[in-house]
Parts: sequence; C-alpha cells; structure tokens
Amino acid sequence: MFRNQYDTDVTTFSPQGRLHQIEYAQEAVKQGSAVVGVRNKNYAVLATLKRTTSDLASTQKKLFKIDDHVGMAIAGLTADARLLSKYMRTECLNYKYVYECAMPLSRLVLRVADKHQIATQRVSKRPFGVGLLIIGYDQQGPHLYETSPSGEYWEYQAMSIGARAQSARTYLEKVFETLNSCSLDQLCRHAILALRETVAALKDIDLSTKNCALAIVGEDLDFTIYEDEDVLPYLDVIETGSSQPMDGQSST
Amino acid sequence: MQLVVDPVRHTTSPLVTGGSVIGIKCSDGVVIAADTLASYGSLARFQNFSRLLKVTDSCLLGGGGEISDFQEIQRLLENLTTQDFCFNDEHKKSPRSLHQYLGRVLYAQRSRLNPFWNSLIVGGYVQSQSFLGMVDLYGTTFESEVLASGFGVLLGLPLLRKAYRPDLTVQEGIKIVEEVYRVLFYRDARSINRIQVATATVDGVTISEPYSLETKWDFKGFVNPRSTYDESTW
Amino acid sequence: MWKESSVVATMASLQRPDFMPYQNNGGTVVAIGGEDYCIVSATTRLGLGFAIPTRNVCRYSILNNRVVLATAGMFADTATLHKVIKARVKIYEEQQDKPFGLHSAAQLLSNTLYYRRFFPYYTFNVLGGLDEDGQGFVYGFDAIGSGEKVKVVCNGTGQALIQPILDNQVEKKQQYENKQITKLSLQEAVDLIKDVFTSAGERDIYTGDAIDICIITKEKGVLVETFQLKQD
Repeated sequence: MFRNQYDTDVTTFSPQGRLHQIEYAQEAVKQGSAVVGVRNKNYAVLATLKRTTSDLASTQKKLFKIDDHVGMAIAGLTADARLLSKYMRTECLNYKYVYECAMPLSRLVLRVADKHQIATQRVSKRPFGVGLLIIGYDQQGPHLYETSPSGEYWEYQAMSIGARAQSARTYLEKVFETLNSCSLDQLCRHAILALRETVAALKDIDLSTKNCALAIVGEDLDFTIYEDEDVLPYLDVIETGSSQPMDGQSST
Repeated sequence: MQLVVDPVRHTTSPLVTGGSVIGIKCSDGVVIAADTLASYGSLARFQNFSRLLKVTDSCLLGGGGEISDFQEIQRLLENLTTQDFCFNDEHKKSPRSLHQYLGRVLYAQRSRLNPFWNSLIVGGYVQSQSFLGMVDLYGTTFESEVLASGFGVLLGLPLLRKAYRPDLTVQEGIKIVEEVYRVLFYRDARSINRIQVATATVDGVTISEPYSLETKWDFKGFVNPRSTYDESTW
Repeated sequence: MWKESSVVATMASLQRPDFMPYQNNGGTVVAIGGEDYCIVSATTRLGLGFAIPTRNVCRYSILNNRVVLATAGMFADTATLHKVIKARVKIYEEQQDKPFGLHSAAQLLSNTLYYRRFFPYYTFNVLGGLDEDGQGFVYGFDAIGSGEKVKVVCNGTGQALIQPILDNQVEKKQQYENKQITKLSLQEAVDLIKDVFTSAGERDIYTGDAIDICIITKEKGVLVETFQLKQD
C-alpha cells in the first residue's frame, strides 16, 4: 500500500503544497455514480444515475429538493449529502422567514461552500466526501453550480461529476454553446444523452426507469423530480436518438 | 455580598418624536412624505430634521415616532445593504423584502418588550411595480394604496382614500400629499409646515429638499375668535 | 430599594411599564366542514381602535392543497404564527415526502400556541380542510392552543354574532320544531358564509370591507374567491 507522510490530517500541507485529505475526498466524489447538470435561458435540468449496493437493496438517493426554487444532485457519500441538504433547507427557510422571498442561489451556494471550507482547516474535522450539482431559479434566471469538498465552487452552463463523468463532459463540451437556444425537451435530451455516455462503455448496464432520475426547475416550474415511470418519456431518446451531439434544431 | 442585581431598565416612553408620515401609490411610482420636525414632548425641538431615507436605488423609508430608534433602524438597513454590496452578486433587496425584514425586526423588539417606537412607511418601485407598505412598533406589516401614520391616520387617510385613483401620476401624488400635510399642519400640534417629499420611479429615488407649505390664517374665525359658540374656526 | 425586591419576578414588569405588547386588530374567521368540501373564510379589514389603517390584509394561509389556516386577533402575531406554521409544514413535507394532514396540522397548531402559553400569540384560529377520506372537518382554537374538532366554527370579533346562526343553520341546533337534518351543499354553505359576514358587518366595527373564501375540494384543491362587504 502506498504510504504518505502528509495525509494523516487535513490541516498539514505536503512539501508540494497539497492537502492530501482533500484530494482523497475528491476521489470519493469520483467514486459516486454520475450526475449531469445543464441549463438554458429559462430552465436548469439534472440527470442522475442511481446505483444499488446489491440486487436486494433499493437505489441510493441522488436528488434532493432544497426549496421550491432549488434542488441538487450528489456524487459521493450520501450521508454527507443528507447533512448538507438539511443545512441548505434550513438556510432557505430562514431567508424566506425574514425576507418573504426565495434565497438567491449565489448566496446559498456560497454558504454551503463555506461549510465545506471550514472542514478543510480544522484538525477535528474531515472534509465532506461529496460533490454537489446545485440547480435553481432566482431573480437572475436559472443557475447551475458545482461545489467541491475543497470549498471551491463554480457556476456552469453544463457540468457532470461522479464516476466516468469525463465522458459526459466530453459530450457537453460539444453541445454547450447550443444549450441556451434549446427548448426544455431538448435540454432534457442533452442531459440524458450526456449521462448515457457515462455508461456507454459498460456492457451490462443502460439507462432505464429503474436507474435514472431527472429533475427540472425553471421560471414557471418548481423543482420537480421525475423518476420511475415518470422518467420514461425522457428516456425515449435512448431508443431513437444517437449519442452524437445534436445540432439543437432537431426535436424529440 | 450582593445577592440581587439591578433590574434591566429601558427607556419607558418615546422622547424625541417625529409626527405623521404619509404615502401614496401611483401608476408610475410611489410618493412618501414627512414634515421635518422632531419634537421633544410638546417642544418643537429640531425643526430641520429629515425623516426620509434612501435605502436602495429603488427603495425609500419614512419614519415617525422615536427618532433615536429610527436612527438605529437606519444603521441596520445600512448594514444590510452594505452586506448585499459585499456579496458582489448583483442581488439587491426588493422593497417588499426590506418591508418584511423591518417587520421581523420590530416584531422581535416588541417581543422583548423593548420596542422600536416607530411607524415606518416603505416605498419602492421595481420592474414597473410600485410598492407601498407599513410597519408599526408591534411589527404589524401591511401593504396598501394609501398609507398614513400617527395623526395622519385620522386626518390624512380619509383625504388620501378620496383622492386615490389607480391611474394617478407621481406629479398628482405630490399635490395630494402637500394638501394632506397642509390639513395636518392646521390641526396636528406636533407638526410643522416644512415638508420633504420623496418619490421612487423608474428613474430611481429622489428626496426633495425641505420646503414650506403656504398656509392661510386670515379666516375670519382665526383672526378674531370671540367665543367657541358663535364663531367656529372651520 | 430595588435590591430588596425579588428581581426575576419584577424584571418583566419593569421593562417599558407603559408599553403593552398587544394590539387588537379585530377580524372574523369562519370555517365549515361538509361531506366532501371544506370552506375557510376570513375578513380582510385591519382595524385599530376606531380607525381602519387598511382594508385589505390576508388572514389566511394555504398550508397545502387540503388544509387552510385562518386567524383573527393581533395581525403581527397572526403573520408570525403563519410563518412559523408554514415553515414547520414545509420541513415535514420535505423530510417525509408526503402532504401534511389536517389532524396533524391541528396538533401542530395547538402545540405551537401552547408553547407560548405565558406570552401568547394573541390570535384566534380556525383550521379547515379535508381528512384522509376526503371528508371536510374544521378545528377552532383559543389563543393558547385549546381546540376542538367540529363541523362548523367562528372565531374573532364577530364570533358572538355569527356562531349561534351557524349552530342553527349548519348543525340544525335549537330548532323550534325538530327538522330533518339536511346537509348543506357547497353552494348553500358559501351563500350562508356570505350572509353571516354581511350581517355581522352591520353590527361589528371590526368586520367589513371584504372576505376571502377558500373552498377546499378533493378535485380542485384550494380555490379562493373574494366577496365584498360594506366599507363603513
């Protein structure tokens, strides 16, 4: 086993200037099943791949509703994500209690990123082993954010994290410029096709109503999760569509 | 050994107070106004005190009641808007949010039995929508087309309600508000004929310099009142 | 002199002795539970002494598509109570992933009110909605959380004027001759509510301007209509 002098606690830098515990936590994100997020001018969409530990078990929860206007998909430790979702729900609720309006996404993401950061600078803590794709709709329109165990966060047009997310990102890199002019249907289609890329190399698995879930939020639509039979209409693209990027003009 | 501590003491009644604030919603903005008097009991103590504030580029606040409490509220709002600025994310509090926030603050204070002794009127204009809301020392919050506080509730509100139309312009609103203040000056002993008028419109918020209202005192009954019975003042 | 007195007991009374933390803004709320519907209604006038600071406030909250809460009394307390209840309902629905039931809402409301037993919310609540079977029920509460499950209730400043009429007309109590108990249809119940508020508005200065009527049915969820009353 590979040994390292500088990874026994999170607060010690290696001579190369790295914090190994944080990097290990980011590995935990890569171990989690893939999630994809995309947005256009009016909507943001998440697509997730649900895994089970065995045939006897139910699937792990990947999508969390935070407030009417916010939700997230997670990759990594579900238990850590539950804690973060509770925190975010409380933040949204408190904001609404005081200001009687929905919490702006940038403020919420900043707070949850700060929570990640605290766990990287204290001896008594460990970093969160989970990456979040947060989508939401506020006064400035739809948003898609990623947070990392390091406490960093970024806003995206399209992003994927989790196992084999690189292949989904490759797909998204080809189409992201067309997303803003997409219809909602086309947006969902891109999300599903990007997610499919993460399982394309695997022989024994394909997207189905059992392992795929979708979530949408937008200007006239509260955060809504589609799973089981509700996700079926969105999976049709797999039968008919190719995995080649679309030109944004074709419709489902 | 001292076994007991002195009880907590607060100011038990307002000391330096402002009078009525009034507001009226218009189709192209909102008008709120206040006179410039801060009384010390029945003494007209500070005669050029501004009770209107610009909170954000689209939001105004007018306050009556205890002046020191009003200044504390001004500091709270400055903190809030400064924090918004520091986030650097272009999100600003809407007039409605600020109104709700003040409602929570004043309710919390009243629940500690140490109220901010004020009536506040919040006015704003965002995305072609006028906003006009009120908060009192109990934390009561409500919105309305016309609002008044203090003596203005009794003498001003009926006039405002009569004058109100949904298609009022800000210019008409200002005229109405001046007329109401004239009436208030004649009858409210804690008022002065020097007012400020503030507007929130698509061009942002403006607060006028204080100016005097013309008043007329040469009514026969004013000039030479003989007795309450044979010569009414009005 | 103060040092000789019992401190804790007197502290509250020494703070702002001439400030009373309560205000009566009036208002009347009525709820009727039918076989397959429920109606919850509330006046919109905000009264204060002999003045009417505004004619249009909202005294009800739609907790979900089966439960509505309406409150008379002090308006600042009303707004706060509704915020608290709505937040608690939201937490429940997010965590449990199912709608908050009528009877659970009644228990929550009762506990929330009693939690402030010694500094009460000055509010008089009615809660109405459909139970698991789709049957309409209503609850009436006092300011500190005592309440009961009934078929019809009125709370607030118009209570003494309206409740006896509702007892007579909805529950067919105190009838001169025993009449056949016929259940009110939804339309009859809505009409009755409009009548009793119109009448109460003639005698109670805190009842007037308008009422919001929330109609709860299994098929349509909560529909809200406004009915104008006199402004005098």
